[in-house]
This record gives sequence, structure tokens and C-alpha cells, in this order.
Amino acid sequence: MSVKAQGRNVEHGVERNVLTTTLERVVGWARANSLWPATFGLACCAIEMIATAANRYDIARFGMEAFRASPRQADLMIVAGTVTRKMAPAVVRIYEQMPEPKWVLAMGSCASSGGIFDTYAVLQGIDRLLPVDVFVPGCPPRPEALLYGILRLHEKIKQDPKLISRYAGLDFDGVAEHARRLAAAQRSVNEE
Amino acid sequence: MADEEQKSAEQSQVPAEPPAPLLEPLLREQFGEAVLAYIRFRGQRCATIALSALLDVCRWLKAEQGFTYLADVIAVDYPKRDKRFQMVYQLFCVERAERLRLKVDVAEGESVPSVSGIWSGAAWPERECFDLMGIVFSGHPDLRRILLPEEATGHPLRKDYPLRGRERFADEDLGYKVERGGGER
Amino acid sequence: MVLETMVLNVGPQHPSTHGVLRVVVELEGERIRRCIPDIGYLHRGIEKLMEHKTYHQCLPLTDRLDYLAGPSNNLGFVLAVETLLGVSAPPRAQAVRVIMAELARIASHLFWLGTHAHDLGAMTPLFYAFRERERVMDLFEMAGGSRLFPCYFRIGGLAADLPEGFAEIARAFAAEVPARTLDYERLLTENPIWLARTKGVGRVSIDEVLDWGWSGPLARASGLAWDIRRSNPYCGYEQYTFEIPLGEEGDTFDRYRVRIEEIRQSAGIIIQALDQLPGGPVNVLDPKVSLPPKPRVYRDIEALIQHFLIIEEGIKVPKGEVYVAIESPKGEMGFYIVSDGGSKPYRVKNRAPSFINLQALPKLAEGRLLSDLIALIGTIDIVLADVDR
Repeated sequence: MSVKAQGRNVEHGVERNVLTTTLERVVGWARANSLWPATFGLACCAIEMIATAANRYDIARFGMEAFRASPRQADLMIVAGTVTRKMAPAVVRIYEQMPEPKWVLAMGSCASSGGIFDTYAVLQGIDRLLPVDVFVPGCPPRPEALLYGILRLHEKIKQDPKLISRYAGLDFDGVAEHARRLAAAQRSVNEE
Repeated sequence: MADEEQKSAEQSQVPAEPPAPLLEPLLREQFGEAVLAYIRFRGQRCATIALSALLDVCRWLKAEQGFTYLADVIAVDYPKRDKRFQMVYQLFCVERAERLRLKVDVAEGESVPSVSGIWSGAAWPERECFDLMGIVFSGHPDLRRILLPEEATGHPLRKDYPLRGRERFADEDLGYKVERGGGER
Repeated sequence: MVLETMVLNVGPQHPSTHGVLRVVVELEGERIRRCIPDIGYLHRGIEKLMEHKTYHQCLPLTDRLDYLAGPSNNLGFVLAVETLLGVSAPPRAQAVRVIMAELARIASHLFWLGTHAHDLGAMTPLFYAFRERERVMDLFEMAGGSRLFPCYFRIGGLAADLPEGFAEIARAFAAEVPARTLDYERLLTENPIWLARTKGVGRVSIDEVLDWGWSGPLARASGLAWDIRRSNPYCGYEQYTFEIPLGEEGDTFDRYRVRIEEIRQSAGIIIQALDQLPGGPVNVLDPKVSLPPKPRVYRDIEALIQHFLIIEEGIKVPKGEVYVAIESPKGEMGFYIVSDGGSKPYRVKNRAPSFINLQALPKLAEGRLLSDLIALIGTIDIVLADVDR
């Protein structure tokens, strides 16, 4: 007996059993929920990062417990700690070794802006060398703060599956604006 | 003066060493004029000796007086003095739980004999003094920069070196340039 | 047949180097021919920075030296400044300082245990150790506001008295610690893999310990019965009974046993300190050193001026110099402070135990396997901020 004969139509069956979405949303969702951080603990913030990965704060519930030692296998670099002049070339080299798509989270005051160390040996913020996606201030930031920063990064990733912000140089609001304009343009094309 | 020292030592919660009046006369007897000063302050003993006698005094203290443990080698910059730098050696005798501070005045450009032959744990602290203060140690097994990068110039802990450093951090300096997708840097 | 050696770079980004340590090893197969540590990747210029800060402003900087045991570093610095000033914190403050320092020792050793075992392949102890460590972080947060760097001490005493409920929670925690350490021991002490990787690795004799300047658990594992808390007691440690665990062979396994036992002894000290906790003020009653109580500041012009001067100008410390050393979890941590009579130190030198301890790595590693290098770095228990300052 056909589905139609049962008194229910195909659309009804499809609605109940099939999830429709766009490719971009699936890609964005998959990327965000399986970010693999590269171990890049430099100083004290690394301790809180490890605590975030440990029992109480459990970063595994966000799919991120697999801290990869090799940057080739990682997609998120959490720069946790002070970046010194001697270490800066190594940071950049590790960043360049990561394959695309990749994101950078500056954890702590030292990575964001040099922190309390305004001295001859300290780079005043890793954003002088790398494009940072999320800054998490604190000295050190609590594990909850780091998790909040990671969740905001997840939002950013889901919003921008085509990595427009990376390649078109737009910021977070710019990407949202871009998406709106695209949607409006699409609607106007459909209406024609 | 001695009363005040004793009283402040009693008040302090960090215990003063036992008076041990024995060390000072022994030291003076052994090295005579090389012992330039010997003071007690806040319950701590400090002997200032001449640079030429440094190795002999250290060997004697280690072999005869039991100071087998060198805690630290420190350099201090006093730019207003004739002899600009002062090397401070912090010694400890485990059996008697006694500490002693040895100080040596060093002029700019003078090299200091390395004590790493007497206590091999002095190697890295001396490298650090060389790196951050610019004091050269003769007879050191491996005198090169330790904390700053090899190509760094200047000695940051000197009083005439600015806190924020002399060189700007520029991307070109580091030899790497990371391309950011458009937008303002 | 010509034997070729290979030069391999371990670090500065490496999961097992406990931070940004770089070790250049020349390998003949798996055996290390030469080993050259390269440090300085976390040199932040803390000593120079301290010359530009008042003594109280230096306190948070000292926190970030050995970042696994913040209160311990604070204690050394505060004691050094108080010695220079010639003041002594009141007995209640000293007892609380002992409690915080011992909690810091437990936290540091727990972190060491977790990461050292993790480096050698045992991933489970990490989570067990962190379970306890989180409780210590809770206690720090209760007292000082921050999990890692409570910065709870002030020159002359404490920032404030212990909060309500602290003593009960601390006592409950310290009472459970011995049983928890048995958990860790059940996982490791008789484990054949652990024994194979740590027994006989990095044997050090007492003569070598003294020559290299090793202190703390490293020295005690080789049999040297020296603990600064016992030999030159500070902060009232002479009131507490505790044993000094000693090892026999001075290898990695003995260092592990010594640190586990130290955790238990620290818990005992905490309970004694809580039992004997005296009443009284927590700040020395010296107007030039301690802040006046806030209600007085709002009512009394003298107190207002005193508060203003201490905050604005800092505490003026008489001319002179001192070297004060304490038993930090890593060994002897000392502060050499030279004061020129002003409110900022003229020179501060931190005798960093990890810096001195790490010197010996080439001597330990040469001739051994590459995997022993990882065990040795872990057993020396370095914190790179302590090494590089």
C-alpha cells in the first residue's frame, strides 16, 4: 500500500524523519563542535587551561579534550600565557604549520595585551603577530571564562562557515552584515 | 649598634644565625687584608672581600668551614660607585645550618673568576649575570647568553637600560609576516 | 662503519616539557650523546620590573614566579621584606601563612604528580590529582579571591582574616588527603611499567646534590636530611611536628615517593596549624606598615593619612639588604632584596630552585635513552616561569 493510501502524505513523512538544513550550517556545526586545540600553554594560563580540560570543568563536553601535540592536527591555537620575544618566532611558526581552517584564542591578559609585564622581553599581545579571533582576559581567566570564550568562538565559527572574515577581512559584525546583505540579495533574486 | 641588631634579630620571625663569632676572626686570620668588611645586619652575616682573593676564600670556606652549598650568585649594579658592580655569593653550611653572604666589588670591564670549578651549580647563575648584567667570568665552561635570545644586545638589568627595552617589536625584526585577510592591521 | 648522530629539537612547544623548555639532544639511535637545555622562552623581566614597583605591587609579580604554588612565593617575599623592616607578623597571621603555604605545597605536588605520570604514559593519575587540587583551589578562592594567585599575604600580615567556614573545609580536606594519596600510590608505586621507567633513572648522590645546588625533595630523595622548615625555621614552623621523608638511591622513583609523602606531611601540618590557630590581629600594629582598619579610615584623619601614604607612596623600607630563603615545593626559594631606603626595591633577586635544579639535566641525561629525558625533566619538577623569571 502506498504512503498516500495510508492517509498521510510524503511531506508529512519527510518532515518527521528528515532534517533539512544548509551545507554551510552543517559544516559550521561540525567544525565548532569538534575543535581540536593545539597544546600551546606558555605560562600560568596553561595551568587553568589544563584545569579546564580536567575533571571539574571538563572541556570534553564540547568535544575539545583532544589536545593535539602536533599543530598539523589541530585547528585551534589557544595561546595561553605570556609571549616573550624569544618565543614569538616559535609561536608564528606553529601557527603557520596549522592547516586551514584555523582559529586563535588569546587566553589571558598576557596573550591579549602583554598583561602586567610591560618589559623589554614581552610581546604586548599576540595579536601583534597573529589574527586573534577571541580574547579571553583574566590573570589567569577562570576555567569558566575560558569556556565562555570558547563558546563565543563556536558562535563565530557557526556564523561564518565560508570563512569570510578570514579572507575578506571583515570582523564579526561585518560578517553578520555581509550575511544579511547576501540573504536580502537572494530574496530579491527569488522574488523576480 | 650591636644591641639594635640583636633586638631586631629577635623580633624577626626569620631566625638569626647563631652569633658564631668564630668565623670572622678565622677569616681575617686566614686572609688578612683581603677581608674588606664584615657586617651583621638583621641577623645575617656578610663579608666583603677583595676580588683577587675570591677563589681562595671560596675554596677555604668550602673545604675548611663546611660551606659546601652555594645557593646563588647575584650581581647588583651600583652605577654611582667607583666599582660599578657587586657580585654576591650566598653560601650555606648544611651541618650547622648557617648562611654566609660574600660580596666582591667589581669595576666595569673587570672580569671575575668563575666559581663553577668549586661549586658546579654556579655555572648557570654566572651565565645569567653575564646575560643580564654584562659581567664577564674568566674560566667559565660555557659563557653565553642564557635567558635572552642569542642575538640580543644590551644588558637589561643594568640601571641605564630602560624597562621597556630599546628595540621595538616589529614584525620585520622577527623575520615573519603573517598575512591577514585585508582590513587594517 | 660510521655511526651517525642525529640532532633533535625537543620543544619549546612540546607536551612534555612542562612549559616552554627547549632541549637540543644529539642522539645516537635512542641514546643521548649530548643534551643542551635552552631556556629563556618565558623570561619576562620580572626582576627588572620589580625595581619599578612598590613592595606591595611586587607581590602579584612574585605569585607568577612558581605559578603552581603562588602563596609559597608570596611567603618568601613577604618574609624578606619584613626582615628588612625589622617587623614580625602576629602569631595568627603566621599560622594562617603556614596553612596557605602547605596548601600550596600540596597543590604543586599534585600537579607535578599528574603531569609527570601523564608524561610517562599514565593518564589516570592526572584526573585523580586534579580532583584534590580543585579543592585546594576552592580554599584559595575563599581566602584570597583567586584560584591560582590568591595574593592573600600583605607585608606585616594578611589582607584579611580567614573567612568563615574556611577552617572546617580546610580541616575536612586535610583529613582526607592521606587516603587520597593511597589512591595515587595504588596506581603507580607497584606498577611494573612505572617501576621500569623510574627505578634507577637519574641516580644522584649526596655529594652531587650539594655540588649542583640541589635542594628540596631532590636533595631529600638522595638521602640529605635537609629541610629549611626544620633547619632554619620561619613563620612558626618550629611549633609543628612533621617528618622529613628521605629516599635512599636518589633516583626518579625515590623522588616520587618523597613527594607523595610530603603531601601527607603537609596535610598533617595544616591540621596542627588549624588546631593551634591563635586568636589576635592579623596585621602588625605598625602604622608605617599596615593599613588601618577601614571604619577608622572613614572617621579619623590620622588613619586616613596613614592609609593614603601607604597606598600612594608605598612602605618605606630602611636601607640594607637581606637574603631570606624558604622551603618551596621545588626546593630552596630565596629572595635577595637590596633596599636604598625608598619605597621601591633597588634590586630583587629571586633564587629560583627550578633554574638551579635544571642545570644538572645534561649530566643526568647523557648516556640515557630519549624517553628517560622526559622522565628526568618531570622528576626535576621545573616550572618555566621559575626558571626564566
